[in-house]
Amino acid sequence: MIDLIYLTVALPLLGFLINGIFGSKIKSEKVIGIIGSSTVGIAFIISILAFIETLNLPVEQRSNVVELFTWLNVGGLEIKFAYLVDQLSLVMALVVTGVGFLIHVYSIGYMHGDKGFWRFFAYMNLFIFAMMNLVMGDNFLVLFLGWEGVGLCSYLLIGFYYDRKFEKGTVPQAAKKAFIVNRIGDFGFLLGMFLIYMTFDSLNFLEVFSKAEYLTVSETTFSFIALFLFIGATGKSAQIPLFVWLPDAMAGPTPVSALIHAATMVTAGVYMVARASIIFAAAPAIMTVVAVIGLLTAFFAATIGLVQNDIKKVLAYSTVSQLGYMFLACGVGAFGAGIFHVMTHAFFKALLFLGAGSVIHAMHDKQDIQNYGGLKKYMPKTFITFIIAAFAISGFPGLSGFFSKDEILWYSYSHGNLTFWIIGALTAVLTAFYMFRLVSLTFFGKERFGKDVHPHESPAVMTLPLIILAGLSVVGGYIGIPEIFSGEHGNMFHSWLAPVFAAAERKISFYGSYTHFEEILLMVISVGAALAAIYFAYIIYTKKISIANKTASTFNKLYTTLFNKYYVDEIYESAIILPIRKTSEKVLWKIADNKMIDGIVNGLARIIDLTSGVIKKIQTGVVQSYAIIMVLGIALVLFWIILKV
Amino acid sequence: MENSQLLTYLLFTPIVGSLIILFIKPDQEKLIRWMGVFISGVAFVISMIIYVAFDSSNPAFQFIHKVLWIESLNVSYHVGIDGISLLLVMLTTFLTPLTLISSWKGITKQVKMFTFSMLFLQAGMLGVFIALDMFLFYVFWEVMLIPMYFIIGVWGGVERIYAAVKFFIYTMFGSLLMLVAIIWLAVYASEPLGYFTTNLLELYQVGPTIPNEIQYYMFMAFFFSFAIKVPLFPLHTWLPDAHVQAPTAGSVILAGVLLKMGTYGLLRFNLPLFPQSSVHFAPFISILAVIGIIYGALVAMVQSDMKKLVAYSSVSHLGFVVLGIFAFTTESLQGAVIQMVNHGLSTGALFLLVGFIYERTHNREISYYGGLAKLVPFFAFALLFTSLSSIGLPGLNGFIGEFLILVGSFQSQVLDSWWFTIFAASGVIFAAVYLLWMYERVVFGKVTNPKLEGLTDLDAREMFVLIPIFILIVWIGIYPSTFLDISDTSVKTILDNVINNTYNFFS
Repeated sequence: MIDLIYLTVALPLLGFLINGIFGSKIKSEKVIGIIGSSTVGIAFIISILAFIETLNLPVEQRSNVVELFTWLNVGGLEIKFAYLVDQLSLVMALVVTGVGFLIHVYSIGYMHGDKGFWRFFAYMNLFIFAMMNLVMGDNFLVLFLGWEGVGLCSYLLIGFYYDRKFEKGTVPQAAKKAFIVNRIGDFGFLLGMFLIYMTFDSLNFLEVFSKAEYLTVSETTFSFIALFLFIGATGKSAQIPLFVWLPDAMAGPTPVSALIHAATMVTAGVYMVARASIIFAAAPAIMTVVAVIGLLTAFFAATIGLVQNDIKKVLAYSTVSQLGYMFLACGVGAFGAGIFHVMTHAFFKALLFLGAGSVIHAMHDKQDIQNYGGLKKYMPKTFITFIIAAFAISGFPGLSGFFSKDEILWYSYSHGNLTFWIIGALTAVLTAFYMFRLVSLTFFGKERFGKDVHPHESPAVMTLPLIILAGLSVVGGYIGIPEIFSGEHGNMFHSWLAPVFAAAERKISFYGSYTHFEEILLMVISVGAALAAIYFAYIIYTKKISIANKTASTFNKLYTTLFNKYYVDEIYESAIILPIRKTSEKVLWKIADNKMIDGIVNGLARIIDLTSGVIKKIQTGVVQSYAIIMVLGIALVLFWIILKV
Repeated sequence: MENSQLLTYLLFTPIVGSLIILFIKPDQEKLIRWMGVFISGVAFVISMIIYVAFDSSNPAFQFIHKVLWIESLNVSYHVGIDGISLLLVMLTTFLTPLTLISSWKGITKQVKMFTFSMLFLQAGMLGVFIALDMFLFYVFWEVMLIPMYFIIGVWGGVERIYAAVKFFIYTMFGSLLMLVAIIWLAVYASEPLGYFTTNLLELYQVGPTIPNEIQYYMFMAFFFSFAIKVPLFPLHTWLPDAHVQAPTAGSVILAGVLLKMGTYGLLRFNLPLFPQSSVHFAPFISILAVIGIIYGALVAMVQSDMKKLVAYSSVSHLGFVVLGIFAFTTESLQGAVIQMVNHGLSTGALFLLVGFIYERTHNREISYYGGLAKLVPFFAFALLFTSLSSIGLPGLNGFIGEFLILVGSFQSQVLDSWWFTIFAASGVIFAAVYLLWMYERVVFGKVTNPKLEGLTDLDAREMFVLIPIFILIVWIGIYPSTFLDISDTSVKTILDNVINNTYNFFS
């Protein structure tokens, strides 16, 4: 099945082509939905089989390349269209196709009746195609093909409701913003590739990484490569300073937010950093940058999440925040922990978004949680699955998020420092709080929606994926039980990924040893604080909402700053976008082009016109005057010859 | 060589064809139109035969056909191609029939003269790409100006006369410089050679031996005339006017083929004839190229006229090509060559699309539109696809060219600085800004202009024109080797020649 891995890419492409070309002619939503979902479903099955096959191979044979054809061969640059089937790419492939399949199925119900039903499934399949290229590519260029491809799909799907308004602007503006901000990141990624090619004479993963380990390359070079690549990651994975597009990406249909803007695409940056772990490991300064950016993003996004009232906005900032955790993990050298969180986060965050979609459906497309309340009795399946996901993300002991988040926190301390841990744990507390604020306002308390709204549970095609994801959110963590509980090499997930990160881990040297007591103490503190946050959030937002209102008015300045997301969008607008636009229009075009350059050209033309105007007066057409001029001329020449002046 | 007259057949097909057109009565428009398509179709077939017979591993010029023409000046009718010329010849023969078909609705007056001009223009363009005698080259270079001048001046927009004159002044200025340089070079070379010749292949031997003090001036004279054609910043201001005023077919040919003559000239003349000067001036020229990339993109961004926007985007795209040429690496030069083709396809298609919609509404203002996605979905898709190609999305053609140019310029020993690439690469961001912003305003949103109601989607003829271009856009994006292999040897030959003559730069 490893040899057939290209089918996991080809099938979604086929689905895209069928639905994209014939979709508008296919009248049955069922047919379109089945084509769209089954292609991803089969890709998932193939991924499982390839995974099993790889699992049965000896450890040193678990990295296999499947070549298709030569994409580019110019000068010294040879790029194959090839896929790398190894421990890391298989984990990603399973998450992408597995969660992707569930979301496709869910979408059959969610998108029911939409005029663009076929278009939606075509784009979703195209997304899976691009995402699979991203995670399976065996070189940076195929990765980049997927990288930009998912950006395109994100653009198309955010802009799906292209004639609607979104917040202060329009839906297409949100789509464009996503694409352009991503492009800024891609610019960094491109430079990273150029420098990689210049340094290692190749863009092939295995070749570059083995050279990175053995060649003598200066730390400065590694730092530049890592920095450029990380700029790419901040774009795709919505980190400071390029996170601004993700909240606006919520303009797209909710399943899109679940698949692309929570579970898969946005984790591409984490995947890429993990994939290039050896390069990052060789650039300790940039590792610190990665960790700090991740940590700050995690914290600040969580603070914004505290006060948002749009259900999807809260989840969007929560995603930004959780992605920050993943980078924190990578930054302290715990790449495996980062990928582990990618996986568990995919389960519970997809579930949260799909649950939110179910709620939005029930509430007639209204998204303001202030106008929800008491929904648990109307939609029990959505409620139970949603609350499971909320517990998981809050790190409730035993659920998947507990294992992955706790692991990151522990590494942030043991491989990092106490400050990392404190901010990280504080973020965990904030996370628990805003999640249960959301849960409480939505499912508990008084019903605050109008009489015209009649909430109802969603159909089985939507709730079934919720239930499966809920199951995964519960048990998904048990493949990564920390070694203090499971014994040495007891963490299956880590043992599986270890060979991929072995080279990087050899480069990084960790100092100090830590006791189990420390680990358990820190765990107890962070979990205890998170549980307390859950409790307070529940109490405040179901029973004593006045406390929240009072706090908001007491700290009015802080509240408005948070509510307005620290005014980052406004700052970018007035400090970067407007000046560029104004200069381009007022200076470059109207002055440089139209006045200066054209002025010179037209001026020259005028001079020629004037002088020829003077000269043409000589051409009178009167033969006598020509004769006189001729004679004068001859006389002049004669004088010149004779006198040699 | 065996097939040595094939190029002559190719060249004379549109010439003879245009003469045939002259004998058809002007009111038989349908016949004239079909005749034009047929003749350019024949030219396309011949170019395909040439492609099949072409040996891309052979570094020498092929299909050489040489006949003494002006004995007293030792000027020959001397044609031949290498891989670079072949690609551009194919681009020309590919685009001409498509533009002719595209103009069936847009051109309604003087169809006969229009078809005649287009075929005549095609002959001129082909001549430029296959001439191996500098005098012959110059003749084609000038001849081609005339039909273009008329195409803009007769079938153009409201301010067509201003545009045509501006176009003419700019290019004539360049041409004169080139003529002076050709004569100077030939006269200079007659000393070491012992006789006067304008044979490019013989001059190739002499050029690199010219001392720098003189070579620099000769280089500059050629460079100026080509830079105007490219157009390189700051010599670009003729382009927006010419494009906006030209009829669609004119814009497509102008962007698709004519601009390539500038970059082709740099590759064919400046680099092989004056390798030392080429390297000497490379940083200076690359700075202009990079300024052009960013400047063109920024100015494109603030245009309110769709055609003008696309025109300025050409300034940006051609900046990439020039950067690729003067970075002197195999990657960047190959990138430059394929980017010439890419730009012909993507920008050609953009002009076609703008033209198609203009024919329906007679308005090019972006603000006039909005909500086309709902009204004309096929058009919306085609515009998106073309824009993505132009933006340089991986998997489509534009990316291949840009990537090769940038990856090559990044490690250029001649430029020896990352900054060229870093600034140039920022162009990929701005490209996304100006095209997607236009797309947002034209295609997305609600239909707010009542005049747009009832707009018809692309018809079969229009799709027929676009589909072959789209196929190539994907083909080059996924499997560029088909095209890169054609020019590979030729590019290496040019590059090796530069390196051998300036080895101190390439230590």
